[in-house]
Amino acid sequence: MSSSEPESDSHYADIAPGYERIDGDEGGEAVGSYLIGLGLAALLTIVSFFISGTTLVWGPSIPVALVVLAIAQMGVHLVFFLNITTGPDNVNNVLALAFGVLIVLLLLTGSLWIMTNMNHNMMAMEQIMR
Amino acid sequence: MSTFEAAAGGGNLNRTGHEESWDRRIPAEHTDGGLMSKRIIVGYGFWIFLLSDIIMFSAFFASYAVLVGATAGGPSGRDLFNLRNVAIETACLLLSSFTCGLASVGARTRRESWFYGAMTVTCILGAAFLYIEVHEFVGMVARGAGPTRSAFLSAFFTLVGCHGVHVTAGLLWLLTMMAQVFAKGFRADILRRILCFGLFWHTLDIIWVAIFTVVYLMGAGQ
Repeated sequence: MSSSEPESDSHYADIAPGYERIDGDEGGEAVGSYLIGLGLAALLTIVSFFISGTTLVWGPSIPVALVVLAIAQMGVHLVFFLNITTGPDNVNNVLALAFGVLIVLLLLTGSLWIMTNMNHNMMAMEQIMR
Repeated sequence: MSTFEAAAGGGNLNRTGHEESWDRRIPAEHTDGGLMSKRIIVGYGFWIFLLSDIIMFSAFFASYAVLVGATAGGPSGRDLFNLRNVAIETACLLLSSFTCGLASVGARTRRESWFYGAMTVTCILGAAFLYIEVHEFVGMVARGAGPTRSAFLSAFFTLVGCHGVHVTAGLLWLLTMMAQVFAKGFRADILRRILCFGLFWHTLDIIWVAIFTVVYLMGAGQ
């Protein structure tokens, strides 16, 4: 029966964010994953800081590039540091993340859209009143 | 008695119900059967809390983005931000995220010196980050660019200050975890708390990525 089996084999099969298979020797593997994450995140950060101050790139493209780099770095953090992966035990976490991203996008674009529109209308009003 | 056990799923649920006394003997928890282990459930629940925290930050980001131009004749980000300091802060937080990961590996493989060493480095890096940030805030207030100066600065101090408060809470949590491991060892419930702390600390770094991009790099560049 499964209940009489030794627990040591199966108790590391569960995967949650921040938790992957670790058993003695596998510590090195996890450290390797963190090292990859550190390297990628450091690279993206350096590129971000470089691009923000450079004149080599067409000016208006800089904010777009910064946003893309930031989103890429967040992805690196999620995969290599938080260990949000597409594994079968991670479905709930990924679904929750997707819902969170949806709410964040709605909140940001909604606020900016509405407030830009209102600012636009307010300016017209000021000019009319003068 | 036998009907109760049958209703409880042949002892599976019974075992889960007594998991606290059970996992003191076997440190890592696993319930065979349909029920998920406590580690997965705890991680999932804390992940949902972190997502709600991220949504709260997104509201602060939205208000900052709306108010970034409302300087009321006062200083803008270009006049105030020192990108060298921000680069140092970013390096501190990124490295501390890495050492926090090392500490969680040390906890899971039950190597005490590894865990304590990595947690200490994490704490020092987090404290260095906080020191630079508080130094920056004090300097801005001394220059007359405090949160009362303009809507832009109110939004700035709310957003970045809220992240700083989170880092402060994280540092207190970090010290608590070191004390708990020292007093109680790598027990299963302590390991779950270390898992939650690691998730919290990595999430703070994710929010900092958004802050240094949206607030500092875009603010200083425009």
